[in-house]
Amino acid sequence: MSEIRELARRIAGEATGNEQIEVVVASGSDTNVTAYQGSVEKFTSATSAGFSIRVLLDGPSGARIGTASTGALDDEAVAEALAQARDNARFATEDEFLAFARPDGVAAPEIDLVSPLFDALSTADKIEMALELERATRAGDARIRQVQAATYVDYRSASVIVSSLGIDVETAETGAYLSVATIAHENGENQSGYGLSVGRAGSELSVETAARDAIRRSTEMLGAVKAPSTRTTAVFDSRTASELLSIISSALSGDMVVRGRSFFAGRVGEKVAADAFTLVDDPTDIRHFAASPVDGEGLASRRNALITDGTLTGFVYDTVSARRAGTASTGNALRGGVTGCRALQLLPGADDFDAIIRQVGEGIVVRSLRGVHSGVNPISGDFSVGITGRMIRQGQLAEPVREVTIASSLQKMLLDVVAIGNDIEWLPGLAAGQTIAISDITVTGS
Amino acid sequence: MATDLLLEPDVIDAVLAVAVANGADFAEIFVEDTRSTTTTMDQRRVEDLMSNRSRGAGVRVIVGSTTGYAHTADLSLAGLLAAAEAARSVAQRQSGGATVVAVGAAQVHAMRAEIEPSSVDRARRIEVLRAADDIARSHGGAISQVQLSIADNSRRILVANSLGLLSTDHQVRSRLNVSCVASGDTGMQTGRATLAATAGFELFAPERVAETANNAARQAITKMSARPAPSGDFPIVLANGFGGVLFHEACGHGLEADAIVKKTSIYADRVGELVASELVTLVDDGTCDGEWGAIAIDDEGAPASRNVLIENGVLTDYMWDYVRATQEGRASSGNGRRQTYQDLPMVRMTNTFLETRDATPDQIIADTPYGVYVAALGGGQVDTSTGDFVFGMTEAYLIENGEITAPLREANLVGNGPDVLARVDAVANDFAMAPGTCGKWGQQVPVGSGQPTMRLTGMTVGGTAA
Repeated sequence: MSEIRELARRIAGEATGNEQIEVVVASGSDTNVTAYQGSVEKFTSATSAGFSIRVLLDGPSGARIGTASTGALDDEAVAEALAQARDNARFATEDEFLAFARPDGVAAPEIDLVSPLFDALSTADKIEMALELERATRAGDARIRQVQAATYVDYRSASVIVSSLGIDVETAETGAYLSVATIAHENGENQSGYGLSVGRAGSELSVETAARDAIRRSTEMLGAVKAPSTRTTAVFDSRTASELLSIISSALSGDMVVRGRSFFAGRVGEKVAADAFTLVDDPTDIRHFAASPVDGEGLASRRNALITDGTLTGFVYDTVSARRAGTASTGNALRGGVTGCRALQLLPGADDFDAIIRQVGEGIVVRSLRGVHSGVNPISGDFSVGITGRMIRQGQLAEPVREVTIASSLQKMLLDVVAIGNDIEWLPGLAAGQTIAISDITVTGS
Repeated sequence: MATDLLLEPDVIDAVLAVAVANGADFAEIFVEDTRSTTTTMDQRRVEDLMSNRSRGAGVRVIVGSTTGYAHTADLSLAGLLAAAEAARSVAQRQSGGATVVAVGAAQVHAMRAEIEPSSVDRARRIEVLRAADDIARSHGGAISQVQLSIADNSRRILVANSLGLLSTDHQVRSRLNVSCVASGDTGMQTGRATLAATAGFELFAPERVAETANNAARQAITKMSARPAPSGDFPIVLANGFGGVLFHEACGHGLEADAIVKKTSIYADRVGELVASELVTLVDDGTCDGEWGAIAIDDEGAPASRNVLIENGVLTDYMWDYVRATQEGRASSGNGRRQTYQDLPMVRMTNTFLETRDATPDQIIADTPYGVYVAALGGGQVDTSTGDFVFGMTEAYLIENGEITAPLREANLVGNGPDVLARVDAVANDFAMAPGTCGKWGQQVPVGSGQPTMRLTGMTVGGTAA
């Protein structure tokens, strides 16, 4: 048995009387190399470990929960955190719906998130990859004037969740990525871009993919002008589509629904999106970088249909939000007592990006979103963000545009989806990306 | 007392000695012990009470242009020495080497809070939440939900380096967030207000708590009758306080020396040039007592200072951390900050603000025939390479014939930094600051932003109305 599992069992075993204890212990290590101007600018190597304890006190009118966390595993840290969590619980309001997860008999999917190749690269290899990424990006196009940072990152992490109600699971994963941030320059003008390559081990990464991605994203913006103000079709590329799905996901959280903070509340069975729109949350799909066999409470991950052929089919729940809604957990506890989608993907459509551009004919491609945290309100659905992108004219990519906003509402945008791509890009984070075209968007520029 | 220093001086000397053992231009140990609590209330239920402690150290070794970094939560001598060895593993000189000087006498910066959060009983925090909740609900039936949180953060840091520096700070911050949802025929609208300062529990004076709760409720209710924001280029009047984020995004990030040294900022090589309307005097000042970005020392041990960035429209200087300042042969401006001991420091703002002028807010509004009055802003985002930025209006109104009229729904404003700075055509005398969280390369730090009421001749409003 691992050391962290032993520790978690020991802490959970401290539960007495009317008390339940849930412990999450995590440990990990990571390497981070940044190259700049042909040498290593930064090299970080670190290991970390920490745990979070939730204490639940049963009482006459329900339960109370207190939480404490710390970034150390020694006995003193354990004793202090346990005392804090117990104290915290005493001051909460008793609530009949509060509960920890109980084992529900659903078997966790057997997915292995640890790459056997993870240790294949030496430190020198990792440094060389970062240096090579910078070289390749600079050499790839004469207009690349600056590579701000070319970075190699990998990490290995393990975590256990143990509770006095019988939850006892352990997971591990590895991951690696290359990222490069560039400035392209031409005729006195700068444009920035970034490139990515993502995998579960350093040896899966492609310097060429990341470099090409950054070069295209920065050089294609050179000569950008303000877009004409109009109402048109916006084509989100895989990256910005992934961001859009992440925004929408907040309204699909059962917790937001039971708290009355979702514009989807009370609308299950209704048509909320275009027919082609089928959205699932599926952390059991190993292709998704957010895949994991269990959720934040240690329950098995499962595939949950959210919107099927445009009809709202359901929400995602953790134990507490499910109790409030009179249903069962869907395995969607995130860490820290939060509920949400975990690994979103859209059912792919028939066409790729280029074909969708041809079909759209006239419109605007959205390459980056800015001000998402300030310009989108997932409660009211108001949507207004800054973008950069390309105009679409006669079915072709045309001039780049900047200093543009696009606006609509999330409710309307889902109904206005006119095409979904078959070009799934598996990205780190909550949602996989693929091309999505949405009509009737207000574009404000010149 | 040694315990006040988080680490014994002889341990510090030993760690720095190992860090420079292969030769180094600079070595540093940063130790942090942060305790924080958050208590949330939703629909009158006290839901989450969370405590967190983060304690550890980071060792940085610089050789030439290479920085090695390692961090650990193990503050034993063995743990720290292991971190020092890891940090120096890549940053190695081929020959020669510096010898460490023993660190000097500690410069201890005491906590500025009157009431340290850990001395406050949980019940008193809950009383603050209940008081704010009652006030928000007193605005009537349209307020269907009230969600609140009260949080504090007590951060002790120690910085020691191979130049002999040994300095500590104790930064205490407290915050109350009130979030209201108003519901009606037109759907749901939200109102948010924050009371936050580099201060202890004394921050939560009843009148300030009441003002915060009132603002959140009033904002949600007002927005129920809001019409879609217009779309197009309009004069913008920014209310005092919250509007400071405009300068944070429009030029603050572009004046951070990391973007300057790498020449990725549009403001590189432009000191002495007119970069803004002559009404613009912009300052970054970590010493502003009590403001959200206030510090005694930065996370590299440099004392906080007041730095004039733009004076009467002319670019005067940038913000500097140790690495960038050393490259340019000058001193740090006290802007080297990091989120936690797990992060490398980088150039960050502290409290960034526009200085006042003579106009009154009423005059500015009266002089505006048509435009948008922005009473509250959400966050923003900038691309420093182009200066293009956005920020979100969370409370805004139309200005018609010199008067504030209809409330508007949320929308983003977009602009270009240099362009917008030149469009400042009126600045008032009613200075105020507001707290915010600034994110850069994945690290979040508390910052203050401030300005008096001011007007821009035009900016693009991304609404949906024609």
